[in-house]
Amino acid sequence: MTKAELVEKVAAQINLTKKQTEVVVNTVFQSITESLAQGKKVELRGFGSFRVRSRNARVGRNPKSGDRVDVPAKRVPFFKAGKELRELVDGELDIIADTE
Amino acid sequence: MTKGSELGTIVKSNIVDRVYERVGFTRQEAASAVDVVLDEIKAVLSKGESVRIVGFASFNLRDKKARNARNPRTGEPIIIKPRRVLTFKPSKHLLDSTNSKDHETIHSG
Repeated sequence: MTKAELVEKVAAQINLTKKQTEVVVNTVFQSITESLAQGKKVELRGFGSFRVRSRNARVGRNPKSGDRVDVPAKRVPFFKAGKELRELVDGELDIIADTE
Repeated sequence: MTKGSELGTIVKSNIVDRVYERVGFTRQEAASAVDVVLDEIKAVLSKGESVRIVGFASFNLRDKKARNARNPRTGEPIIIKPRRVLTFKPSKHLLDSTNSKDHETIHSG
């Protein structure tokens, strides 16, 4: 599903225009992005949490040439699905496995 | 600042506030709109379909095969059942944002 499809699905469920819904969807993801950029954690009950993890600088290798390359320290956004979402996602597989 | 953000953690009500500030709904409407967005993403993922938000990230699903393992405490062999897990892949834009300059003064959480 793409963002456009998400907007359409959400707009169909609530009393908002597609335009308004798009603002809502964009605001949600912009808020998460900005919070992570400031180093803040985002916790959404029933969904999951977003945080930033630090990676140390390291010496890597160019896999093609074998040359050493310096990989600088960086921060990586990380998402951990909440218990509910984790179980929901795994649920359907259980149903398929049971009927096979 | 509202609750939560003082502790360096953003919660749903902070996001609802942002939506409320930007659009002309009541706070209640803003709150339910945010809930519907999150619920729809959950519904799609639970159906086994991945979700890709351009400029943010994609939420992908990966099927893990069954495998043998051991209980690290007892050494007892166990079978881990096949399962489906969610993976998160940040977009270039999100990666760039978290490595932007204003982040560098803040200690990692």
